[in-house]
Amino acid sequence: MIVVLVEVSPAGEAVETSREAITFARDLAAAGGGIPIDAVVVGAPDDSLVTVLASYGVRRVHALTGPAYDAFSGAAWATGVEHVRASAGAVVVMASGTPRGNEVLAHLGARAGVPMAANVVSFGGLSPFTVTRQVVGGAALEEMQLSQRPALFTVAGHTVEARPADAPGAGEVVVETPDVPDADLVARVVSTDEPEPDLSGTLKSARVVVGAGRGAGSAEGFDDLLELVDLLDASLGVSRVVTSLGWRPHHEQVGQTGSRISPDLYIPCGISGAIQHWAGCSTAKAILAINTDPDAPMVTKATHAVIGDLHEVVPAINAEIRRRRG
Amino acid sequence: MNPLVCVKRVVDSSSEVVLTEDGQGVDGRFAGFTTSAHEECAVELAVRIAADQGGGATVVTLGDADAVEQLRSALAVGCTAATHVLVDAQSLGPADVARELAAVVRDHEAAGTPHQLVLLGNDAADSGDHQVGIRLAHELGWPVVNGVSTVSVSDGTVTASGSGPDGHETYRVPLPAVVTVLEGGVEPRYPTVPGRMKAKKVPIEERQPVAEPVGPARVRLVLPPPSPSSVEVLGEGAAAAPAVVDLFERLGVLAR
Ligand SMILES: Cc1cc2nc3c(=O)[nH]c(=O)nc-3n(C[C@H](O)[C@H](O)[C@H](O)COP(=O)(O)OP(=O)(O)OC[C@H]3O[C@@H](n4cnc5c(N)ncnc54)[C@H](O)[C@@H]3O)c2cc1C
Repeated sequence: MIVVLVEVSPAGEAVETSREAITFARDLAAAGGGIPIDAVVVGAPDDSLVTVLASYGVRRVHALTGPAYDAFSGAAWATGVEHVRASAGAVVVMASGTPRGNEVLAHLGARAGVPMAANVVSFGGLSPFTVTRQVVGGAALEEMQLSQRPALFTVAGHTVEARPADAPGAGEVVVETPDVPDADLVARVVSTDEPEPDLSGTLKSARVVVGAGRGAGSAEGFDDLLELVDLLDASLGVSRVVTSLGWRPHHEQVGQTGSRISPDLYIPCGISGAIQHWAGCSTAKAILAINTDPDAPMVTKATHAVIGDLHEVVPAINAEIRRRRG
Repeated sequence: MNPLVCVKRVVDSSSEVVLTEDGQGVDGRFAGFTTSAHEECAVELAVRIAADQGGGATVVTLGDADAVEQLRSALAVGCTAATHVLVDAQSLGPADVARELAAVVRDHEAAGTPHQLVLLGNDAADSGDHQVGIRLAHELGWPVVNGVSTVSVSDGTVTASGSGPDGHETYRVPLPAVVTVLEGGVEPRYPTVPGRMKAKKVPIEERQPVAEPVGPARVRLVLPPPSPSSVEVLGEGAAAAPAVVDLFERLGVLAR
């Protein structure tokens, strides 16, 4: 049996990366001759969540409930997942390669004394059990053997497309209340600030996205880019460097740990095109890269490119648009 | 308060990545080496916590002789002691690294300089294993907070916070504890010239590993297939603007 840890949004929905992980699990299950897939969720799932998970081919939804699960603790989640794994005799435990997924599976790996493979993109075969995962930020791939049981791995975001199964699973709900030792609750979230409203909707649906990366230079370096956004009636999407430096809010991030976009045109300015960023924009119909480095991956992968300093190129484009409009 | 901060020498992967001939590692001879971004932030946090609490931050690395450069960099920005486990880092898996770090923590405690707090990067820029901190905490029997970007200590408690899936999350954990750090919460400081001079003189504790490594469960590294480039270069600099706007018109994306 395969156990997949499914993360649930505050609105009660299975997050996309978890649905991707189940989609990935189905290929593994099929290769193993139709091994059943069970999901673990934290908290009581509502009917629509169960229906969605069943449509993805999930046989059982194990719901971890009880006060130990009121606030996040990686150790407590790991105890719950291990309880499900052990009682069901699962040989594979999977999660999505999100912070939660990697954290919980790392606890399982430490406890069981077995390897854990983070950010897997494909599996090579079942005997020996080999997976391929992203390393060096995705610039290289590592083939790894998971010959000990349980085999533990997380699936890198957006390496497969989440899609429902041809044959739905039963989606039977099993409530689980495993004993959680106090030690698991020492490191748990004590407060969560108001979630930022999800403002990524317009970014995901925009026909044109203007992208900005480290090349923007500073929080003040966005004026011309925002003018271009305005002139094209576009949305702004940024690289992780930009959000981690605090230049722009997280909901604007494109990539593996941000939004996945498929606009008619993506205009990444000063973005190198690291694989985690590429994962979020590769399905754009056209890409116009603006970069000082003609060898930047974003430039070589783009459909169109301008080589140059975005602080010179973007104002010139804005001026040209204004000129043509008269 | 004497926090321990763990750093790793990694190949600078901002340009093209080249693998070693045996496919077991990344060849850094041309690209050069650096410290992971997450760990630079962990060093900054360790130095601030030590200053705040009165004490010194110790930096540790596992690596070959050249990894001393990463230790000197951390010493140059305020760490006051350094430990070097001399080992081929490529031969180690995450469980090996955790075991060696735990041995350092235990030996330092036995020597009278205990570390109540260990800071690590959330994941290394090269191996991206996402588990050394958690495995270390497991070895030590300490609690672990993962993936946070701000960390402070007062009255024997670590307060750490970072962004979670549902908002900004805060943890409060009694010492001793392990914390893994994600970049973004602090700006690592640059070394000053006196800082660099001072760092050169700090004696470095050199150690051998305490156990045979189990190794990473690696078969080999491979490079993803290069995608053939079919990019149309529209021009260079500001002069490309008319060609760009022509493209916008062709694609029909120019709002009217
Ligand atoms: C697990 C994991 C998940 C990640 N998830 C994401 C994600 O979701 N999204 C994401 O974006 N990243 C993600 N990353 C980070 C990713 O690996 C890269 O570090 C990041 O995308 C790089 O951002 P950047 O291109 O803005 O910066 P850099 O890599 O520093 O590139 C800057 C680029 O700008 C160019 N440039 C500089 N100045 C100028 C100028 N004046 N004009 C024009 N061009 C200029 C340079 O030539 C260079 O190509 C993730 C990493 C990991 C390990």
